Amino acid sequence: MPQTFEYTFDTPVYKGKTSFSTGLYINGQWVDGSKGTTIDVINPTNGQLVTKISEGTKEDVDLAVVAAQKTFDTVWGLNTPGTRRAELLNNLGNLMQAHFDELAALEALDNGKTFGWAQDVDVTDSIATIKYYAGWADKIQGKTIETTAGKLVYTRHEPIGVVGQIIPWNFPLMMMAWKIGPALATGNCIILKPSEFTPLTAIRMSHLIQEAGFPPGVVNIIPGYGTTVGAAISEHPHIDKVAFTGSTLVGRKIMEAAARTNLKNVTLELGGKSPNIIFDDADIDQAVRFTSHGIFWNHGQACCAGSRIYVHAKVYDEFLTKFTDKAKSLKVGDPFGLDTYQGPQVSQIQFDRIMSYIDSGRQQGATLHLGGERHGSEGYFIKPTIFTDTKPDMRIVQEEIFGPVGVVIRFEDDDDVINQANDTMYGLAAAVFSKNIDRALQVAHKLKAGTAWVNCINQLHPQVPFGGFKQSGIGRELGEYALENYTAVKAVHVNFSLSVK
Amino acid sequence: MSGTFTHDFKTPAFKGKVSIPTGLFIGGKFVDGKKGETWDVINPTNGKKITSVASGTVEDVDYAVKVAQKAFDETWGLKCPGNQRSKYLNKIADLMEEHLDEFCALEALNTGKPFSWAKKGDMDMALDTFRYYAGWADKISGKVIETSEDKLSYTRHEPIGVVAQIIAWNFPIMLLAWKVAPALACGNVIILKPSEFTPLTALLFAKLANDAGVPPGVINIINGTGPKIAFTGSTLTGRKIMQSAGKSNLKNVTLELGGKSPNIIMDDADIDQAVDWTAHGVYWNMGQACCAGTRIFVHEKVYDQFLKKFTEKTKKVRMGDPFGDVDIGALVSNQQFERVLDYIDSGKKEGATVHLGGEALKKDGFWVEPTIFTDVTPDMKIVQEEIFGPVGVIIKFKDDEDAIRQANDTTYGLAAAVFSKNVDRALQTAHRLNAGTAWVNCVNQLHAQVPFGGFKQSGIGRELGEYALENYTAIKAVHVNFGHKI
Repeated sequence: MPQTFEYTFDTPVYKGKTSFSTGLYINGQWVDGSKGTTIDVINPTNGQLVTKISEGTKEDVDLAVVAAQKTFDTVWGLNTPGTRRAELLNNLGNLMQAHFDELAALEALDNGKTFGWAQDVDVTDSIATIKYYAGWADKIQGKTIETTAGKLVYTRHEPIGVVGQIIPWNFPLMMMAWKIGPALATGNCIILKPSEFTPLTAIRMSHLIQEAGFPPGVVNIIPGYGTTVGAAISEHPHIDKVAFTGSTLVGRKIMEAAARTNLKNVTLELGGKSPNIIFDDADIDQAVRFTSHGIFWNHGQACCAGSRIYVHAKVYDEFLTKFTDKAKSLKVGDPFGLDTYQGPQVSQIQFDRIMSYIDSGRQQGATLHLGGERHGSEGYFIKPTIFTDTKPDMRIVQEEIFGPVGVVIRFEDDDDVINQANDTMYGLAAAVFSKNIDRALQVAHKLKAGTAWVNCINQLHPQVPFGGFKQSGIGRELGEYALENYTAVKAVHVNFSLSVK
Repeated sequence: MSGTFTHDFKTPAFKGKVSIPTGLFIGGKFVDGKKGETWDVINPTNGKKITSVASGTVEDVDYAVKVAQKAFDETWGLKCPGNQRSKYLNKIADLMEEHLDEFCALEALNTGKPFSWAKKGDMDMALDTFRYYAGWADKISGKVIETSEDKLSYTRHEPIGVVAQIIAWNFPIMLLAWKVAPALACGNVIILKPSEFTPLTALLFAKLANDAGVPPGVINIINGTGPKIAFTGSTLTGRKIMQSAGKSNLKNVTLELGGKSPNIIMDDADIDQAVDWTAHGVYWNMGQACCAGTRIFVHEKVYDQFLKKFTEKTKKVRMGDPFGDVDIGALVSNQQFERVLDYIDSGKKEGATVHLGGEALKKDGFWVEPTIFTDVTPDMKIVQEEIFGPVGVIIKFKDDEDAIRQANDTTYGLAAAVFSKNVDRALQTAHRLNAGTAWVNCVNQLHAQVPFGGFKQSGIGRELGEYALENYTAIKAVHVNFGHKI
């Protein structure tokens, strides 16, 4: 029998209880993994065990695929009309709303982000995304295409069938919503692997999904490791699509695995090293605040973090002074504390990675302008960090750190800064601060990234597509665009009068 | 610099001289490969060499990418407005049409397909495709997306930049059009690798694209062996391309691969029409079509009648010199010839009945008789695997459900056809067949307007129609904040 996780939150910002089975969710039931093993869920504020959850294996993925395919063929897919799929998604959104604080608390406990941010962004955005796609569920349309009068030609945008979804640990609930929303709206069945570091909100969601009324087998949630469950999904011969959010390194493996096995379609949301350009005609105070949000939000653990901060020479000193003050004002501490802005990094591994990058910055001769060290003596807390006097070839300028570490780079010439900004294998996002309409928009257009923010940063909406150029990914999530990832286009040609000889 | 191939056609279908450069086409010039290698082009009707063409290597591709990137940054991409790209595409189509018979003659000479089919099928479609996408070039639109009044959010559908396109030998100029037209319409620059077996029409195309005034570096055509990237070809090679993309820079990949498409004839079909269409489904292009309807399921009530008529029809298929009055020609190469014969052999060995044909012609060139197998079982190689030759298998069924299940029991999913005059049966069956294209009371009908592509291991993505534009655009979301302060 899978363990039940029971927890009482007694904190300054939230008091409440949670209790749910931590089994794998397969075909509408919560079960032990096939090997009966478990994964430890660790609290990143102190490195202590929160609970154990069931560990999924390849065999569990196989079972789930069989169940999902059967459900797709008999009950789900086009057997359930769009309006009903909409109803179920809305039910889920409503249930998430009813358990709003509980979900935020679980996310803060598991990931280390603050309860406040989990409420304001993660849970809010997740509900909005589910509801947005509920609205699409009965609006999946093909086209009729004029060819000649002797025939009828139309396209159907059909569900693909069983899709695999692998999500990361930085925005666990939100990434789950971004994935299941469009996949369910278009009629697919899902095998979802949450990150082994942050499975709790996904597991809690499995209970809400059941309660919402989704038939067994429509959504299957299998926590496990990338090398086992992740690989099983990427390689599975009867999964026809895999969607992944995570590192570029793993993204490659998934694409290769898909190619090697059954050529399943692949969409990827990968890493970034997004440039943020502040011109001399920017509103500096706003630029400072947005820049801080750009790099320190979620402890820098955001694929689109604006981690390369280019500042025009004319406003460099003013900006740096104000930005430093802003960074100093960010309170690091307990995710459930009052006024905490930043909690711990998600895991020991991440902590070590980031500290190693900070080290490399020092060693390669950058100036450590602020921070650069651990905060406190337990848990994975790192102080907001700023480097200056960098060179383009330094690792801290080239590589994705995924922590609260920004590099500030002085520039003088617009063309030069655009070249520098684009000189990366990534292309996820970019930001520009300028009040001049020509400069602001033309620079935004020239930046090679899937999202360009003008006078803002890290603004996401369920209606607006998000995804990477170059090695930041393949395909777009969110908006109407995401529907393409989960539909198979079939062209039907009905011949009335054409004969052949 | 590079060589020229000149051929004086003295045939019933076409008389005239055709002259084409044989170099690699890079940066608006025809050049030898950096290693000076060449490749022999073979005439499949007699196995003899037609000419040799320059053969490129990695070094040539690297150079072409640099040239193409420069063209993208300076003269093409969004620097060349859509209506101007439209003019170039229309001009290309016009020039191709002026040289229509030359294209058809080269295609027939190189591939062995009949001149008449190259004209009414391949080139007709190629011209339609260029003109269709000429019409899209100034209609590439993003969206404005409502979020809140204190910001403006919009998407731009930008060109990707340098795209690589690798095409097959079965419909050389047609597949070139399917790839080049949407890519150019969207503002991309192209490195295209024709099949090493069938480079001739691509070379004539390059010459005309140059004459059309397309800026140097926008279209680059590099003949050579081996795949390196949008790809049409075998599923086996498609895998290698996707793996390479994953290993290198995660370039986006679209694939049009193989098929073993089912063709279901119900007892309420118009049998005469079904017979004619089925023959077209299997024998068109000598069966060298990814969407060929090679598994023919016939309802037991009409099985004898269908088989009799289909056999008669097949016997009337005229195979011969592509420039004569024929329906089909030779297979494209010795390699293909041997593959098809191997499959026929396996059919015989595994116990299927050779109902008709089943032999190679005893003469020079790569000729295989239109062949019908009956009394097959589902696990036979000739039922499972793509033969890519003029070989059909006929399977009796009694039950619609069973026919649909068998039809869908394949790793492929490119196309399918159903013949029935009953509206419910015809359309519901079409909807249940797991394929990217379902034909009702017809087969192998393609239009520039209508998307084409595979389910399952038949491919990723869709070509043709508006859908193809997605393959060649990069979506950028722009968020302009007016009043939201933090």
